[in-house]
Amino acid sequence: MVKPRTLYEKIWDAHVVERRPDGTCLIYIDRHLVHEVTSPQAFEGLRLAGRKVRRPDLTLAVPDHNLPTTPRRDADGHRIPIADPESAQQLAALERNAPEFGVRLIGDADPEQGIVHVVGPEQGFTLPGTTLVCGDSHTSSHGALGALAFGIGTSEVEHVLATQTLLLKQSKTMQVVVEGELGYGVTPKDVALAICGTIGTAGGTGYVMEYRGSVFRDMSIEGRLTVANMSIEAGARSGLFAPDEKTFAYIEGRPMAPKGADWDAAVAWWKTLHTDEGATFDKTVVIDAADIVPNVTWGTSPEDVVPVTGVVPDPESFADASKRAAAQKSLDYMGLSAGQKMEDVAIEHVFIGSCTNSRIEDLRAAAGLLKGRHIAAGIKHAMVVPGSGLVKRMAEAEGLDRIFLDAGFEWREPGCSACLGMNPDKVPAGERCASTSNRNFMGRQGPGSRTHLVSPEMAAAAALTGRLTDVRALMGEKEGMVA
Amino acid sequence: MDKLTTVDGRAYPFGMKNVDTDIVIPAHWLKTISRAGLGRGAFEVLRKEPGNVFDDPEYAGSPILIAGDNFGCGSSREHAAWALGDLGIKVVIAPSFSDIFSGNAFKNGILTVVLPQDAIDRLMEVAKSDPIHVDLEQQSVTTQYQDRFHFEIDPFRKHCLLGGLDEIGLTLDEADVIDAFEAKDAVSRPWLVPAVA
Ligand code: SF4
Repeated sequence: MVKPRTLYEKIWDAHVVERRPDGTCLIYIDRHLVHEVTSPQAFEGLRLAGRKVRRPDLTLAVPDHNLPTTPRRDADGHRIPIADPESAQQLAALERNAPEFGVRLIGDADPEQGIVHVVGPEQGFTLPGTTLVCGDSHTSSHGALGALAFGIGTSEVEHVLATQTLLLKQSKTMQVVVEGELGYGVTPKDVALAICGTIGTAGGTGYVMEYRGSVFRDMSIEGRLTVANMSIEAGARSGLFAPDEKTFAYIEGRPMAPKGADWDAAVAWWKTLHTDEGATFDKTVVIDAADIVPNVTWGTSPEDVVPVTGVVPDPESFADASKRAAAQKSLDYMGLSAGQKMEDVAIEHVFIGSCTNSRIEDLRAAAGLLKGRHIAAGIKHAMVVPGSGLVKRMAEAEGLDRIFLDAGFEWREPGCSACLGMNPDKVPAGERCASTSNRNFMGRQGPGSRTHLVSPEMAAAAALTGRLTDVRALMGEKEGMVA
Repeated sequence: MDKLTTVDGRAYPFGMKNVDTDIVIPAHWLKTISRAGLGRGAFEVLRKEPGNVFDDPEYAGSPILIAGDNFGCGSSREHAAWALGDLGIKVVIAPSFSDIFSGNAFKNGILTVVLPQDAIDRLMEVAKSDPIHVDLEQQSVTTQYQDRFHFEIDPFRKHCLLGGLDEIGLTLDEADVIDAFEAKDAVSRPWLVPAVA
């Protein structure tokens, strides 16, 4: 009898090129996404060593981190120069390297351009059962479609470009099980935050997670992308969802997806990609769906999660001394004090975007709440940055852009934007942002910026009231709103 | 890559836990297209604090960094390893590391040593006044006070670090097994090559 295997073990086994005596494996990489920040030194390395890209056909380059979210071409189609010379230089390097090494580039002004982790699934480049890497930690996102996807550093980018393989050790396995039904106003982002809050930012270190249970089965592909995206925030390089009919329906017909007989062969294999009955995980985390509420972060780590109806925790309440010190430091940085009600925290900025929450469902959810309303007087700046040009167009076709603009939001070009403050979209020092992104680290959205991670619905709610707000209260006011 | 056999010298008694790569090197330094020169940005935010260990002349140029749990968490930016390397750091000692960071460090010839917290506490003490000795061959960290801490390391990583070996070159030497895998794969997964739109 064949030993029952987890989904992760099945994908791993299918990609072992060679197993070394010490257990290290040379693993074949099926998909490689390249962006402008972590690739220049890799291409530089290839050039210096006189090496080629082994499989340019399995590689896709998309700039996203540095691109301004203001228009990139003037009326005559000429590039509007990027003000920051270093950003311009990184973009120019990618535009030079991709053609030189024969890699397909979706350029800054192409309608398909967007954040790599939005573009991959959207183009049908991301497929179940594939190994997919990118020089970016949120590559875990692609696990939503059943791809074993993980972030790598630039030396590994160079290794994959040159050899289409990586030397890896098999990870331990963890199942995160959430059974039940999510409550009214509770979103996949709240589930992701609940997981970070439960297991901590190091809880998943060394593990590949598999998301199991009815909540994840019932979740849309876009919701799964949000959850898988934040696997890395809980320490796991990869988070997997077993591919199902929803996955196949999402992928079928996308530009780079298999067609015809290839499609049938692919689906036949994908259907075998689930954890076998009787397979064991090294660790199990169980969360009851009924315990998950709309969440916000109070500190400078994604594990610093409280219900929006809760209060800022007292650093003294943490058992561990270093955690107490860290919490006090976070509170000083965040300008908050123990016991303060989260709903009393006033905010000045709202950012709806990032690879966590910038897909069409996210924008629909936020727009649903904003429709016919206007942001509060205290909001200095609210913006929506769609995850890709295709998301932007779809939203515009549905009239979502009008809803955002009428509500007082800016409607921008796709890219990473204020998620990491690498382009001009930054939160000023000492000011506070309700953000749909994934990291609230010190200075993440700009030096001195204060970030509260929330779902798109909660970001919209915060925009309307000017403070962190339980979205459920506002949803109650609106007739016909569904979670 | 330079060979790494023994490292002898002062260590920064840093000790901070959960140091994410944004702390090691803030995002605005990521715009470079070359690896050199990033040491200037290392720990930039912490270095604004007076009395920080990195600007204490006592520790200037130390080849060893002692840190707390979960060092290098957060973003996968390899710039963190380049910045440490450019600062002259060859060994980071901590109770645990993020997977991505320790991989990146290794690929840039930096050794990450995992030791239990009590060993870290002791080394932090010693580091304030005396050098620390790291021996990769022996897999040990020692001090002049008879402290001796053994650490584990992946044998392949050890081999590469000791020999200063380039990982890509090693893999390319095995191109035939990769060719064979691809040939088999072309039959079993004919759908793998993305359709060209
Ligand atoms: S949107 Fe943010 S998290 Fe996602 S790839 Fe861009 S910078 Fe990274």
